[in-house]
Amino acid sequence: MALERWFRRNKPTRSDDDATPAGLWVKCDGCGAQIYRKDLVANLSTCPECGHHYRVTVEERIAMLADDGTFEPWSGDLAPTDPLAFVDTEPYPDRMERVQRKQGRPDAIQTGAATMGGTPVALVVMDFFFAGGSMGSVVGEEIARAAERAAVEGRPLVAVTASGGARMQEGALSLMQMAKTTVALEALVDAGLPYLVVLSDPTTGGVTASFATLGDVVFAEPGALICFAGPRVIQQTIKQELPEGFQRAEFLLARGMLDDVVPRAELKGRLVRTLQLLQDRPVDRGEGDGTSPPDLEASEVSEASEASETSASIEPSSGEEGTARGA
Amino acid sequence: MALEFERPILDLEGKIRDMRAYAEEQEIDLGEEIALLEARLERLKTSTFEGLTRWQRVQVARAPGRPTAFDYLEHAFEGFEELHGDRTLGDDPALVTGLAQLDGRSVVVVAQQKGRDTKENIHRNFGMSHPSGYRKAMRMFDLADRFRLPVVTLIDTPGAYPGIAAEEQGQAWVIAASIRRMSRLRVPALSVVIGEGGSGGALAIGVANRVAILENATYSVISPESCAAILWRDATEAPRAAEALRLTAHDLQEVGVVDRVIAEPPGGAHRAPGQTIREVARVLREEIAALRDGDPDAWTSQRRARFRALGRVTDHPALGA
Ligand SMILES: [Zn+2]
Repeated sequence: MALERWFRRNKPTRSDDDATPAGLWVKCDGCGAQIYRKDLVANLSTCPECGHHYRVTVEERIAMLADDGTFEPWSGDLAPTDPLAFVDTEPYPDRMERVQRKQGRPDAIQTGAATMGGTPVALVVMDFFFAGGSMGSVVGEEIARAAERAAVEGRPLVAVTASGGARMQEGALSLMQMAKTTVALEALVDAGLPYLVVLSDPTTGGVTASFATLGDVVFAEPGALICFAGPRVIQQTIKQELPEGFQRAEFLLARGMLDDVVPRAELKGRLVRTLQLLQDRPVDRGEGDGTSPPDLEASEVSEASEASETSASIEPSSGEEGTARGA
Repeated sequence: MALEFERPILDLEGKIRDMRAYAEEQEIDLGEEIALLEARLERLKTSTFEGLTRWQRVQVARAPGRPTAFDYLEHAFEGFEELHGDRTLGDDPALVTGLAQLDGRSVVVVAQQKGRDTKENIHRNFGMSHPSGYRKAMRMFDLADRFRLPVVTLIDTPGAYPGIAAEEQGQAWVIAASIRRMSRLRVPALSVVIGEGGSGGALAIGVANRVAILENATYSVISPESCAAILWRDATEAPRAAEALRLTAHDLQEVGVVDRVIAEPPGGAHRAPGQTIREVARVLREEIAALRDGDPDAWTSQRRARFRALGRVTDHPALGA
């Protein structure tokens, strides 16, 4: 019941170029093939031809990871403040209000409880379509609370990241969320519970340099941009061409930074088995890949195509710019 | 090299110098006039530095001649001995570590070093660390725990280096790991922001029980230039970004990011390095003594609680009602 209300209230909204595009037929960004949009959504927003992974909404992510009907939201009670009275092209509170209305949540994160393959977990999913998934006080606090509540309830934590980094509009307090999330994760360490991370496209800046890379096991989705400093910042600094595939998931796997790159269709099964293996429990190999196909109705994408918010420390549409020289 | 707002101060200093020379040359007594001008100079320095804009403070924090980490290591600590290397990748000159004493008691020091001239700046990569630097820092945190020695970190970096090798070697991973490692120290830790506190690259060695900052130092989530480039698509809007980011010592104390502001001499640390170093030396001893007196079982939990509490949130009224 609560879940139904939550899904109704939170109509998934995408507003970014790289999300599954609107329209009946779409031309794939990866291979250029013409694809029937419903096929794309049914295929977990990955291209049936080339496997290109599109960014997904929080609702799609939860639908593909949580067992059907088990997700119970934890976050939603906290909203951002304006500690610096920050004004760029508009006042920060106005910007927040607009994005909140568009995304149907108070900030760039959804946390909650669910089961995955029957295992109770806590889920943390970042909303890249909310101000570029930027981390301010609310995102930091929700992650901290989720980690602490997971520890109390004996649930492993599974986090799916997507973020342009720390949120500039809350200044140094955003920076401090890197330390806050890190120390809050100690609750899971103390409780002996696993913490798994899935880095999705893009995960950059202060999020990558804190809780996102501190998982006991860290997976990434194919092709995901994962970095500290964004490619454009690096290019401006060193004034050289960047190597092919630089800062993409496969590049980082080859350099020892990731436990594996896992295609979306295999993601749920891999997470469930990893939890079972880490906790020394019987491993469920029966369910195929274990990733539930999305409920088409719930995943219906909106037609909105307005550019994403710039308040993340990244470029609005490319998501390829971490905050320069830092978080 | 003078900062723009320092011009009237430097002009007046020049005038006093000229008057002294003239008095000497002519063998006349201009003592009273000179004393008046000197009093005016002090007032001018005070009023100028009290009224600095945030962008001007950013410039003071980066000013040539401002004491760097080595100036403190050599003169504010006793017997600093450098220890090199991360035991994996190399030795990062942008991050200096070693052992020293304060009031005859040992401490482990981790410090970001900018250059004192162009040549050293290039060698030190302008204080911008590669992953190797943070690995070295973590090795020193291990050493501190093993020998129960307090940790002092000196923060002065534009940020962790944004380069190809740095990313390939896991800059983000190693910053996260350093934040975690420092938060887990079983000994007391003190951080002092002496110049630029540049984002995650600064925080990586800033997870201390107490965080102090020099009056004209800054600590920010992003540099004003980069912030301006993103928000206004124009790096020349940096002064506006600096205002918006509230990155000065007193701003940071207001939101609890720093615990203590260390006064700089009128005119800024770069105009009176010796006096600044003496003041920092005094504060280091006072802070470390107080930390040593604390409950040894509480240092880790106190540090965790300090950072857990940072941030501002409010209750959210139900959406979509
Ligand atoms: Zn394709």
